Amino acid sequence: MSKKPAQSPALNDDIGEDTRLELYRSQVNIREAEQRAFDLFLQNLVKGTSHLSLGQEAVAAGFAVAMKKGDLSFCTYRGHAHTLARGVPVEKVLGELMQRDNGLMRGKGGSMHLTSEEHGVMGSYAIIGAHLPIACGAAWRAQYKKQDDVSVCFFGDGTTNIGAFHEALNFAAVWKLPVVFVCENNLYMEYTPIADVTAVPSPAGDRASAYGLEKIVIDGNDADVVYRAALKAYDKARSGGGPSLIECLTYRHSGHSRADPAKYRPEGELEKWKERDPIKIYRERLKAFGIGDDVIAKIDADVKRVVDEATEACKASPNPPMSILTTDVYADGGFAWRN
Amino acid sequence: MAELTYRDAVIRGIAQEMARDEDVVFLGEDVAKAGGVFKATVGLYEQFGSLRVRDTPISEQAILGAAMGAAMTGLKPIAEIMFSDFFAVCFDYIANEFPKSRYMTNGQTKCPLVVRTGNGAGSRFGAQHSQSVENWCMMIPGLKVVAPSSPIDVIGLLAASVRDPDPVIFLEHKSLYATKGEVPDGEILDKLGTAKILRPGKDATIVALALMVPRALAAAEKLAKEEGIDCEVIDVRSLVPLDTQTILASVAKTHRCFSVEENPRLCGWGAEIMSIIADEAFYDLDGPLVRITTPHCPLPAADILEDAILPTVDRIADRVKRTLQA
Ligand SMILES: Cc1ncc(C[n+]2csc(CCOP(=O)(O)OP(=O)(O)O)c2C)c(N)n1
Ligand SMILES: [Mg+2]
Repeated sequence: MSKKPAQSPALNDDIGEDTRLELYRSQVNIREAEQRAFDLFLQNLVKGTSHLSLGQEAVAAGFAVAMKKGDLSFCTYRGHAHTLARGVPVEKVLGELMQRDNGLMRGKGGSMHLTSEEHGVMGSYAIIGAHLPIACGAAWRAQYKKQDDVSVCFFGDGTTNIGAFHEALNFAAVWKLPVVFVCENNLYMEYTPIADVTAVPSPAGDRASAYGLEKIVIDGNDADVVYRAALKAYDKARSGGGPSLIECLTYRHSGHSRADPAKYRPEGELEKWKERDPIKIYRERLKAFGIGDDVIAKIDADVKRVVDEATEACKASPNPPMSILTTDVYADGGFAWRN
Repeated sequence: MAELTYRDAVIRGIAQEMARDEDVVFLGEDVAKAGGVFKATVGLYEQFGSLRVRDTPISEQAILGAAMGAAMTGLKPIAEIMFSDFFAVCFDYIANEFPKSRYMTNGQTKCPLVVRTGNGAGSRFGAQHSQSVENWCMMIPGLKVVAPSSPIDVIGLLAASVRDPDPVIFLEHKSLYATKGEVPDGEILDKLGTAKILRPGKDATIVALALMVPRALAAAEKLAKEEGIDCEVIDVRSLVPLDTQTILASVAKTHRCFSVEENPRLCGWGAEIMSIIADEAFYDLDGPLVRITTPHCPLPAADILEDAILPTVDRIADRVKRTLQA
């Protein structure tokens, strides 16, 4: 990102221009890649299931941009956004969704299990709640080895009603682990509104006090708000202050998964949330801070070009070879269970 | 050389590995200050301190999940699940998370951990604290499953499990904790995937695991004394990896095979071994392959009932004798 003189004093605030442009680029990258995934699905080129984060990009961008290299992300099946936000190439993600040999895991994991350890993406987990304890374990390692990375664990509102959530929160609080739990409250589990099945209004926020944690509920559609909350929680974790639980209010624009037309939503709800589209909000923010249309348009064009190139590369990629069918079951590389 | 209980062998095995490698850490319910409900971890907290030997809340999912996260990122955790029956409340980690992560990520994710647990019957604890769950674990690709029957094997196989790069389910038999055996001084390191012939014989092969091993041995002595039948007894020790070569070689010699299994009958580990023999050594056989198991029934609490439901020395000997004399 080329350094430009600030055109507005507000750009010299705690976030600053470079970071803001990065937050914008990250959100646009996720939006473009996921919209492309949806188009490819309509062309029958994305197989299996997929869960998009359209409308939730500010959460992924805000938390990822605030991370340091070495910090670890633990995601759910709705994990494309978090994976892309850590810098994993679009081609690798689309390739996995298209189940091609160029995919992140060469088609062995699929869209629900995106993992790129070299980028700190320590897995995407499809069993609700499973990764909260796992993130605790990674944080325990950091604490034990006196390493200063933070484990950041993303999950939905529905996840606050499963046992593993509560086990992990208590465990992390008692052991004072450097872990940040991020609840993306998009108002729905799969199809059921979270309010219909939860005893408290804020599914994560209202549970925090049970574990001695502060109630933190933020606007998840404003990347600046998310970024600031992330930095604060990471600082606390790194300085031995223990875990945080942050509830981000947001909304998914598409259905739960590619099979879901989302007919269960009340009329007008989607339109209301689209007025608060995180990318729209952020584009206006940049403009208000005096960043030129040309700068914004260039980011948009660059992102689109990369997604276009990635799409073509995926279409050209062969299917995974049969030679990988039974590899990497055990650490010796194979699947032998007997002599 | 010293005589050690199976329980003290667990302590020594864990201590040997923790002393060798600082990345080995240990967590579980009541394991640290209290030394474990079976007293199989006494003294570890005092020896290795509160950072490496940690009491957890009653949160089996958190215990196994945390062990996995630590293993993925560089530690070699040993996690204790107090009773193997409790695998049912944290089975996601055993069935879905530990064993699938490496495959799904095309080899990126590692998971070098050990889950120790008290397995098996004999304590009159009833149907939810007495089960033999080796068959729950054996059927999952990606796991290794080990069940020692003697103090020396506890140490050697535990060491091998801790050093193994894959997730290992280490089943300690609750009714063996008080049993004793000779154990040499110094480091002990065994090898997973190796069965042991504990009693050579020529007339029939008996394969057994954990608590069923001493019973199979006693049955073999009884058969030798009373019937002149000379049985070879094999301690399988490791269900995954499975040492089929030792078993197949034995069957080639004896032409007969019996399994003695504590797990309930359906899909017990012996069924897998018998199917391998049927596939690969059918023409070596002089008679039917016979499984001696606990019936397809929950375990009762009362001592006389529990004693009656597990394979006993008499039942094993009787079944072998009747089969060979048929
Ligand atoms: C243990 C378990 N139960 C149920 C499911 C099926 N399921 C997949 S996603 C989902 C909804 C989760 O809702 P939430 O946590 O709000 O996340 P979101 O999908 O909204 O991001 C459910 C019930 C599952 N994958 N795992
Ligand atoms: Mg939700």
